[in-house]
Amino acid sequence: MTLLNLVDISVRYGRLTAVRGVSINLKEGEVLFITGPNGAGKSSLLRAIAGVTPTAGGHVEFDGAQITGRTPEDIARLGFSMVPEGREVFGSLTIEENLMVGAGMHSRTPGWKGQTAADLDSVYNTFPILKERRNQQAGLLSGGQQQMLVIGRALMARPRLIAIDEPSLGLAPNITDQVYERLIALQAERKLTLLIVEQSSTRAVMVGGRMILMRSGQVVLDGDARELGNSEAMQAAYFGYEDH
Amino acid sequence: MLQIVFDALSLGSLYALGALGIALIFGVMRLVNFAHGDVIAFSIFALLWPSTDAMAIVFAGNLPWFLLIPFVLAVGAGLSVLCEIVVFRRFRNTNPATMMIASFALGFVIRYFLLMLYSSRPKSISLLPVLSQPVEILGARLPLLQLITIIVTIAILFGLVIFLRRTRFGLEMRAAAENFSMARMLGVRANRVIMGAFALSGALAGAIALIFGIQTGTADIQMGAAVMLMAFISTVIGGLGSLAGAVLAGFLLGAASVVMQVILPVDARPFRDAFVYGAVILVLLFRPQGLIAARGTKERV
Repeated sequence: MTLLNLVDISVRYGRLTAVRGVSINLKEGEVLFITGPNGAGKSSLLRAIAGVTPTAGGHVEFDGAQITGRTPEDIARLGFSMVPEGREVFGSLTIEENLMVGAGMHSRTPGWKGQTAADLDSVYNTFPILKERRNQQAGLLSGGQQQMLVIGRALMARPRLIAIDEPSLGLAPNITDQVYERLIALQAERKLTLLIVEQSSTRAVMVGGRMILMRSGQVVLDGDARELGNSEAMQAAYFGYEDH
Repeated sequence: MLQIVFDALSLGSLYALGALGIALIFGVMRLVNFAHGDVIAFSIFALLWPSTDAMAIVFAGNLPWFLLIPFVLAVGAGLSVLCEIVVFRRFRNTNPATMMIASFALGFVIRYFLLMLYSSRPKSISLLPVLSQPVEILGARLPLLQLITIIVTIAILFGLVIFLRRTRFGLEMRAAAENFSMARMLGVRANRVIMGAFALSGALAGAIALIFGIQTGTADIQMGAAVMLMAFISTVIGGLGSLAGAVLAGFLLGAASVVMQVILPVDARPFRDAFVYGAVILVLLFRPQGLIAARGTKERV
């Protein structure tokens, strides 16, 4: 079943076009990597889906509903959880408070308290370090711990889809390994749909799943991550050799 | 000596409340709200019937205190929320300078609205006259109002801290103040948080109006501007966006004004404000980010 359907999305900043007519169809439970060089429009695309950046054309359907032009909070409440680039923890809030902000959108549903407590436990089980430091300010965490916190915070919203922008940014490779290991375990356990943006295709090849390569605001390749891998077609497309 | 301490605390309380009102709104939408002072003036004039006579025709001002206080707070909160809905909402995605200019303009609109209805002459009013009676504490004679101002301010600060730390709405406001866009991506409703900040800030303006009105015994359309300037300076010294910083700086500024009034030689006292502002410049030279830099504006590791 299609969970996210992007039809001919364009994003512009003034006269600069960052995304030109991207169409992607993402099925429920699928893991999709969007890779591509700096400035390919990956982050802009993600921000447009989340409703943070306005689209200049095209439309977005989430779970069958039109979400183009809706506010970020509405889109989040439909089950689209965004983890933006640079992690963006609330540094002056404690770790537990950060997690509680993520759970807040369900505060009107009956049984919220019990469910939130259970969700909190489950996040703490996945990332024990967060439990250890639950009453500390999130700004004091290391980069890897912050990455775990924002993933946990996204999970607290009980999303259908988590979109993560460059989870490996600024992290040591072994920390990135840990983050991915748990992310993939969570995905399998909860039938989550994942949309991960990374500059390099290395992770996609390691983890497997579907991979899309973007360059200059367009989709240039779309296929199985392991098959595309570091194939010549992939490298040529990544660096744009065919232009020369 | 005790007299000086209480003078400093009560003046500082006014500045702190004003600074808090500005910092709350700056926190959630990066707006320096110069209309805040005029919301203060409006709240006090709401107690009077419109007339251009020098004699005030008191209307809601005759209410007993337990109705009068909620009335003034509600007027402040209501006007503040109205400003948000009618004006600031349209400027939400513009740059801070544009928003600031809009707030200047809005402030003048409110001020001239009052001018039209009430004329520019300050009116003498007598609110809750019982509060002007002096009380004796440890040998110092203090107006009861001064004591109440300090106690009320401390109560408001405590209440605010509990609200921000213990309630869901407070949590959302703190998250939004630090990173508004991220808070929205987590489902925090922008309109609700911003309107909440405006309502709180407006209620604080109402509190200042009451204290100021009782203290001076006059309603003056310029009265907001005087507090507002000091309050604005307090928010900058405290570190724009930092609530704790705004309160701290408000009290420091109040203390500085009172202390200078005492220690300056008699001939220099008329120029007290020049010395106070001089101290402000010194503080900003050494700590341009303010006493307590707000988290949201700080570089993260």
